Amino acid sequence: MNHKVISVQEAVSKLQDGMTILIGGFMSTGTPETLINEIVAQGLQNLTIISNDSGHSGTGIAKLVKARQLKKIITTHIGLNPETGRQMMAGELEVELIPQGTLVERIRAAGGGLGGFLTPTGLGTSVQDGKQILTIHGRSYLLELPIQADAALIRGSVMDTSGNMLYHGSTRNFNPIMATAAPLVIAEAEQIVSVGELDPNHVVTPGLFVDYIVKEAL
Amino acid sequence: MTPEKELIAKRIAQELKDGYVINLGIGLPTMVTHYIPDGVDVLLQSENGMIRMGPPPKPSQFDKNITNAGAQPVTILPGGAFFDSALSFCIIRGGHVDVTVLGALQVDASGSLASHIVPGKLASGMGGAMDLVTGSKQVIVATTHTLPDGTPKIRSRCTLPVTAVNRVNKIVTELAVILVTPEGLLLTEIAEGCNPNDVQGVTEARLLLSPNLKHIPR
Repeated sequence: MNHKVISVQEAVSKLQDGMTILIGGFMSTGTPETLINEIVAQGLQNLTIISNDSGHSGTGIAKLVKARQLKKIITTHIGLNPETGRQMMAGELEVELIPQGTLVERIRAAGGGLGGFLTPTGLGTSVQDGKQILTIHGRSYLLELPIQADAALIRGSVMDTSGNMLYHGSTRNFNPIMATAAPLVIAEAEQIVSVGELDPNHVVTPGLFVDYIVKEAL
Repeated sequence: MTPEKELIAKRIAQELKDGYVINLGIGLPTMVTHYIPDGVDVLLQSENGMIRMGPPPKPSQFDKNITNAGAQPVTILPGGAFFDSALSFCIIRGGHVDVTVLGALQVDASGSLASHIVPGKLASGMGGAMDLVTGSKQVIVATTHTLPDGTPKIRSRCTLPVTAVNRVNKIVTELAVILVTPEGLLLTEIAEGCNPNDVQGVTEARLLLSPNLKHIPR
């Protein structure tokens, strides 16, 4: 299964202008920086990014915002990257803000074959605009739908060459959920080991979700 | 930290009971950890995926893979755990957090709060705040009583877009502790050297006076 390990140049060449891409990480912790650097280098355009945030201090997704490679970002928080807000206010970048718990669950629904889910989050706020409200056992909920993407870029701490991976510290965040939710999944590995070296008890994301593996180069 | 913010953080720490699962917003709410009474062991949850989050690391403990929701390096205490964002919001939305402490731009007499957006100005986005406020058993707003220019933040109705409706239980400022009750806002504690008229003078919402009005303990 060594064929999954490819160069970052080859991996990013599988992406195309205009794609909708999930990118893992939380404020650049657990974000696949090597893949992002290569997207900047290859100059992909008109991307729609789905991610927890838009990076900070020139790290993570902030690089794509700065290079103006995005048409739209669907995210939960842009406060640590003022450039995103500046481009939004100037009408240069479309920003859709959604609650964090709703974002991760919409990704999980897409990856897990669910038609949507019901959440109380956002009731009575602008988040409910245009959404169906259902009453279950006397409580109101918003109907939220799965979010579709063309590709997912994720990062694992230790990965075997078949794509089984585990995550160190708080790098896990959106990565295992995003791994399930796109037809093309490219995983950046801090460390790559041989099949059999990982204890199956410690694997968080099974390799079946992973199409390609890239070695982190930072 | 200003003396006002210190007073707020100290007072909120008194609300925490042994064994509570708590989530603290970035900034002033995080300062609450400095004042937790001896013998009270709380489990600090961070929405980016950990429980028993600890203080910032000493240089020798630094690990780039362990950060808080604001991208700052932190530690994890013995007995802690890391998890993904779906599980994190299962904890948050599912009612497993005892107390959430967060700041607010405005909070009103019905317990609604506005904390995530000012229309026409730079928006940060709601991050996890909407889910936290919706799902936590108790919500405490930690805020200075007014904006720096003296404009009241505690209002009869929020004029900014709300983050959640009717979810705030308690408001703690440098001047007062206010309970949100079905009858309205109940003033239960005031700062030393302050009288109820002073507090009402900088509060847009009408305050009910508790028959057991006390000073905020120093």
